Amino acid sequence: MSAPTTWARRRRARIDDTAQGRSLGADALRRLRRNPVAITGAVIIAVFVLISVFAPLLAPHGPAEAFPQLLDRLRPGEIPGAQDGFPLGSDQNGRDEFSRMILASRQTLLVGVLATVFGLVFGVLIGVVAGAVGGWADTVLMRVTDVLLSIPSLLLAISVAALAARPSQTTVIIAVALVNVPIFARLLRGSMLAQRESDHVLAATALGVKRPAIVVRHMLPNAIGPVIVQATLTLATAILDAAALSFLGLGDADPARAEWGLMLATAQPYLDVRPALALYPALAIIVVALGFTLFGEALREALDPKGRR
Amino acid sequence: MTPAGARSGDGPLLDVRDLSVRFTRRGEPDTVAVDGISFDIEPGEVVGLVGESGCGKSVTSLAIMGLLPGRGPKVGGEVRFGGDDLLALSDSALRERRGRDLGMVFQDPLSSLNPVVPVGVQITEALTRHRGMDKKAARTEAITLLERVGIPDPARRVTSYPHQMSGGMRQRALIAIALACRPRLLIADEPTTALDVTIQAQILELLRELVAETGTALMMITHDLGVVAGLCDRVNVLYAGRIVERAERHRLFATPRHPYTHGLIGSIPRLDSDPELELPAIPGSVNDNLPWDTACAFAPRCPREIGRCTEVTPGVETAASRLLRCHNPVPATSA
Repeated sequence: MSAPTTWARRRRARIDDTAQGRSLGADALRRLRRNPVAITGAVIIAVFVLISVFAPLLAPHGPAEAFPQLLDRLRPGEIPGAQDGFPLGSDQNGRDEFSRMILASRQTLLVGVLATVFGLVFGVLIGVVAGAVGGWADTVLMRVTDVLLSIPSLLLAISVAALAARPSQTTVIIAVALVNVPIFARLLRGSMLAQRESDHVLAATALGVKRPAIVVRHMLPNAIGPVIVQATLTLATAILDAAALSFLGLGDADPARAEWGLMLATAQPYLDVRPALALYPALAIIVVALGFTLFGEALREALDPKGRR
Repeated sequence: MTPAGARSGDGPLLDVRDLSVRFTRRGEPDTVAVDGISFDIEPGEVVGLVGESGCGKSVTSLAIMGLLPGRGPKVGGEVRFGGDDLLALSDSALRERRGRDLGMVFQDPLSSLNPVVPVGVQITEALTRHRGMDKKAARTEAITLLERVGIPDPARRVTSYPHQMSGGMRQRALIAIALACRPRLLIADEPTTALDVTIQAQILELLRELVAETGTALMMITHDLGVVAGLCDRVNVLYAGRIVERAERHRLFATPRHPYTHGLIGSIPRLDSDPELELPAIPGSVNDNLPWDTACAFAPRCPREIGRCTEVTPGVETAASRLLRCHNPVPATSA
């Protein structure tokens, strides 16, 4: 007997996995770990989350702190660049750009995560009711969803944010969440409908399992996959949307607060003087959004049943 | 146990009387899937429901279980089980019966199992619901059940997911789930159709053993007369939503009286038949029916058709525990 080939070894590993009762989740995780795209996305997300969690420790200065040595050199047509103690130089108000960039990651993470979570929770609630109850509840909920989906998302977010008496971080979160509710609802409702007709739901009904238990235990776990993937991708768009709202002046306008979208907006008049002030937040937004998108796409691939071997 | 449930007494366990199911659609004539069928099942008895695709076998079983969709079909008649009319029970009362008194095994073992839940959990679900077991006791019982249906290494298999099992193992697991609460009636809807022949034989043997051991009555729905021959005490032959012949198994195979039954049995390949001869088949398809209201539905395909068959609905004749619906039956001695 020759030494087992790679193929034979892999096959044996797979048989062992099967015998151990590896779940769908564990299987997906294993495939994620082997996917370079997933790793890239995960690393970007991890770095971003670590920076925002430890931002107060990492940032050498406060967000609103102006420095005389920067202010001295600040004049029309000149904004000081990198120098000792200020690796990214000054912003247009003599504050440390580096500290503001780091501190702003917190805002972005907060808005992105909260907007996605709220959108997810309400979207899932609506999707479950529409998909599991059906009938007129389904009709009413889906028509409202249709109306929301027919409005371009940024326009909808702007309208909602503009409704608030005083623009703030909260209105941005609500606006971005609301944009995503119909997307999640529609997605889940579709897969819940497919589950409702499935044989295993009929079989569970034939066992006398109660309706709520069927919905929660037999339909929802089978239907939630695409929604989870969508949520990962939504984190990226939520960050972009929130930045856009801030950029358009619909976020919290307090200039002392550090936020990438707002920094991008305030850097606009100084583009010819010091374009780096716009470049840093723009790059940060792009990289973070890319990280979530890469990871979301990889997750979609990993959970795709066609990819299972 | 409810008093009604405890009264097993005399009389049949399941008594289906004049059951009809019609699907209504606006602007179109009703589709009659089941057209007033009546049969009964004694406690512990194995009764077959045989017919080709579209004759109403599955709809009958779903109607008995109350699993037809809420809107659309109109169900008539009575299904008496343990003193109650199942068709008249409320949803919640029926839900109590399902799983506990009535078990069901479906055709496709893969799609009938929840893909994201380990099979062990799917067994314990019924146990905790109907037999009030705690999780630990239910798990022990689940392992016992898996062992009983012949799944090797049940203690490990209890955590397996459906996609990690073979087709035969999945069907064994489904049977374990259906029998978990020791129902008094098990309905098996073509339980071997999705399996290959050797596994079919094993599953049928398992069903026969379990039924004999637990005293569960079995309603076997199949299009395969071979399944019936090996398993059933009595057989109902369905055609186009009505029972055309009913007899005790040996008598049905020895002397089929209805031309349809006769044709079905004649079209089974036999070891001693001449390989040069073409296998007899029933001409036409199930779509060539006449309406039962004015004729015999089978008449267009029937080799023994006489003039009356297309003009008068054949009545039901009952003689010596045999039911027959035919104007011109095959003589009792010919087969």
